[in-house]
Amino acid sequence: MSSLDFSHVFFTNDNQSILKDVSVSIDAGDFLSIVGPSGSGKSTFLKLCCHLISPTDGAISFKGKNLNDYNPMELRKQIAYCFQMPYLFGDHVKENLEFPFVVRNVPFEQERVDELFSVFHMANDYLHKEVKNLSGGEKQRIALIRSLLFKPEILLLDEVTSALDTANTEIVEQAVKSLNQKGTTILWITHNTEQSRKHANKLLTIENGEIHTLEAIQ
Amino acid sequence: MNGSTTIHVTSLMIASSLVFVTLFFSYWQKLKLEKETIISVVRAVIQLVAVGYVLNFVFGYKNPAFTTLLLLFMTFNASYNAAKRGRAIKRGLLISFLSIAVGTLVTLLILILSGIIRYEPYQMIPIGGMIISNSMVALGLCYKQMASDFKNKRDEIETKLALGADILLSSKEIIRDSIKTGMLPTIDSAKTLGIVSLPGMMTGLILAGTSPMEAIKYQIMVTFMLLSTTAISSFISCYLSYRGFFNNRKQLVNRREN
Repeated sequence: MSSLDFSHVFFTNDNQSILKDVSVSIDAGDFLSIVGPSGSGKSTFLKLCCHLISPTDGAISFKGKNLNDYNPMELRKQIAYCFQMPYLFGDHVKENLEFPFVVRNVPFEQERVDELFSVFHMANDYLHKEVKNLSGGEKQRIALIRSLLFKPEILLLDEVTSALDTANTEIVEQAVKSLNQKGTTILWITHNTEQSRKHANKLLTIENGEIHTLEAIQ
Repeated sequence: MNGSTTIHVTSLMIASSLVFVTLFFSYWQKLKLEKETIISVVRAVIQLVAVGYVLNFVFGYKNPAFTTLLLLFMTFNASYNAAKRGRAIKRGLLISFLSIAVGTLVTLLILILSGIIRYEPYQMIPIGGMIISNSMVALGLCYKQMASDFKNKRDEIETKLALGADILLSSKEIIRDSIKTGMLPTIDSAKTLGIVSLPGMMTGLILAGTSPMEAIKYQIMVTFMLLSTTAISSFISCYLSYRGFFNNRKQLVNRREN
């Protein structure tokens, strides 16, 4: 069954056409790599997926229902988005990891946090570390953990490893692969050709705001 | 000054020679401010004399409805000015009017109920004016801060929205910052009262012959009322205006600059 469905989607900002007539179906459980030159509309594509912006024309549906018919907050809880430059708020890591619990109005679950710390090769004492003392790689892993605490159905990754070293990249790739194996649909923007084919089962190329190719990877 | 409560016109004429000091500096330093200075002095004299006559009339017209109408007129003018400062704020005039009106109403009500002032034009108009103008300045600061934060902190807001947060939770830090920005000048000036400056009202009372201790009581009242009114107005305006930065799909929208 198709999980996300773009039907003739256009997106225009300040009279500038960013996406033009995009139609694509992403199946549940897919691992879709998205590639394309800078400014081709890849990030806009992901922001449309989690309803941070709406199409100027056309329709996007999730599990057969138009995104406009969902409560935006409930939708975003199911479709998580990780930015290229992670933004950690507050002074400590804990404030960031508590946030998804605050949003859902449920008590903080230390066990779930510890479980994800272990997936991302981080010690439990990271919880009390100061945000300003974290490296880029650590910040990105915390941002990923923050998005994954409540097991989203779809995970949108916007060049999340572009500023990471090889070791951190490997950790993130393995964690994402394991999530996908457990059923999470992954949409991953990357500039790295090798990475784009490494774990994905589909490769989407966007150029000048249009879908150039959508190919299956064996 | 000889301790009397009136100033003779001749004394004022002599004091006007002080304007020549300004003109002399402008001419000597080639500041080219002579024309501006003369215009500003003439305007100040004409405006103040006119206001004096208006206030004489208003204070004599002891109709509570008229006083209320005047206070509303002052509130509207202040709201208009505050809204102009916050062009990025959606429905700025309405929000400003509500915020200033509620802040003024609550503060005046407490002052009246405590017996400090009475609903008489000669008390309500100057005190209302102080409250309303202070709120207007606070709102202008709140709006400026809010517009700049919503522009510069897009990543923070979108990160929170992407985590499933509502627009209020996503904007909470910005709302707090903006309220603080609106309130801080009043708090700071309260901190330095009597140390850095003797405020206008107190100075006026002392010049008019009131004992310093009596003048200080009035100044304490003014400090309390300005703190209360800026807190109320800043709080209401920020909590009403943040929504204008989002659309009905809870997405951050681009608003025009301040």
